[in-house]
Amino acid sequence: MSALLSLRGVRKAYGTNEVVCGVDLELNAGECFGLLGPNGAGKTTTLRLALGLTDPDTGDIRLLGHAVPRNAREARLRVGVVPQSDNLDPDFTVFENLLVYGRYFGLRDRDIAARVPPLLEFAGLQARAGARIQTLSGGMKRRLSLARALINDPDLIFLDEPTTGLDPQARHVIWERLKRLVAQGKTILLTTHFMDEAERLCRRLAVMDRGRIIAEGSPQQLIGRHIEPQVVEIYGEGASPWASEHGQAACDRCEQVGETVFCYTRDGDRVLALLDGREELHYLHRRANLEDVFLKLTGRDLRD
Amino acid sequence: MRVQLLALPRVSPRFVQIWRRNFLVWRKLAVSSMLGNLADPMFYMLGLGFGLGSLLPEVNGIPYITFLAAGTVCYSTMNSATFEALYSAFSRLHVQKTWDAILNTPMNLDDIVLAEALWAASKSVLSGVAILAIIWVLGLSRSPLTLWIIPLTVLIGLAFGSLGLVMTALAPSYDFFMYYFTLVITPMVLLCGVFFPVAQLPSVLQSVSAVLPLTHAIEVVRPLVTGRAPQWPWLHVAVLAAYAVVAFYLALILTRRRLLT
Repeated sequence: MSALLSLRGVRKAYGTNEVVCGVDLELNAGECFGLLGPNGAGKTTTLRLALGLTDPDTGDIRLLGHAVPRNAREARLRVGVVPQSDNLDPDFTVFENLLVYGRYFGLRDRDIAARVPPLLEFAGLQARAGARIQTLSGGMKRRLSLARALINDPDLIFLDEPTTGLDPQARHVIWERLKRLVAQGKTILLTTHFMDEAERLCRRLAVMDRGRIIAEGSPQQLIGRHIEPQVVEIYGEGASPWASEHGQAACDRCEQVGETVFCYTRDGDRVLALLDGREELHYLHRRANLEDVFLKLTGRDLRD
Repeated sequence: MRVQLLALPRVSPRFVQIWRRNFLVWRKLAVSSMLGNLADPMFYMLGLGFGLGSLLPEVNGIPYITFLAAGTVCYSTMNSATFEALYSAFSRLHVQKTWDAILNTPMNLDDIVLAEALWAASKSVLSGVAILAIIWVLGLSRSPLTLWIIPLTVLIGLAFGSLGLVMTALAPSYDFFMYYFTLVITPMVLLCGVFFPVAQLPSVLQSVSAVLPLTHAIEVVRPLVTGRAPQWPWLHVAVLAAYAVVAFYLALILTRRRLLT
């Protein structure tokens, strides 16, 4: 099976600042692929490169069988994009937004009008066709952006941080819709810095940092490969002295962030035994997750 | 593979859909938009034309209001395209990110810039023709030659629309456009013969006037209003076309630099 999207050795610098430093990426039909990374890791630039919106300095990009950027226009006919921040047309109603966007793909008004009702139903906006954009909530706008990205019935959908800024209810609705799209056979490439989102939706992930892909695999593979299987988070006033006393011996790896001590271990019971009787310490014993992997790989420093 | 900033435009016929998008927005706001575009030049023309005109003898052999009306057609045409290409296009580029949304479809930036230039010219035609209609209704001119003014407003609109898009490509915010108005548009209005013949100006200012596009617009439109054939029609048309083509290409390069690199 040939890849729907492939990037090989792609580099892109703005001035002297190289933001994408040799990225290789391959997306197969029918999968939901997640590109993870802290702010400024180069995720959005990678998407722009893949869409042919900016030219790489070096490297090869193929999107849906077309060489990009040279034939990006043809490739984008079969692609849908949900941008990071909504850019719906504020002067138009919900229906008009879809109509005008469909025209950009060369669709006839009649065909667009036939596609709109099922799309609005998919987006949970069937009662809002005539509503102005300003009257929609953040979650509704996101869902309309998703519906708009589907107006050309794309094979591949790009989503740049699809749930950033949404409340938990709205995020769950978006997740459920994306799962439906994958079930329908659509291929999805999404960027996110929410690990629960990536873990729920993506069969395959790449972690990106400082313009490079530093890890790739399924969520389980990444957890198995990069981190101890269990974590005990210990917090409270005595956490720090406890860590100095027992940290080394109790677990494989011990990290302290503020008042919280993270014990990464293959044997959680040993840590728990050492916490026995220490009423002043609060703790949480859990399985390692993607966020632990992410923080280990990209560090705990703030990225602004 | 560097971004080919200097590449010739590559346009798809689908660019018409971007023009249609702007038209659809305009249709919703047509009444207020037309008032803004037309009321201002119309009151200038009627107020100054009748008020100041009553104090003046004929100017260049025609009543002052007729003289001013011919200038106002060009002035109004220029203004419409300028406002559209500056403020409205900048909203779509920078504030609403409409251009970003369009770039995710099979359109490219060349399609957008072309559609915006043509849209600005379309607004110009509307404004120019509205003033022309007032000229006809008031009986200031009954010459069939005035019909030539309609295609000319397209050209004048393209020239000023493209010039405006150059500014928009460079603008960090709306405030930036004040420079363009103070340094380009206002001098143009006062030096190019809208309100009085250019020949009244000192020779230095006449030389400046000679290279400004509005002068060439007025030089070809005013004789048509008075029912005479312009003296050098193709020269003026060529200058306006050169402004349109060069400014459009420059706007394209600067917009590519802004959005694609």
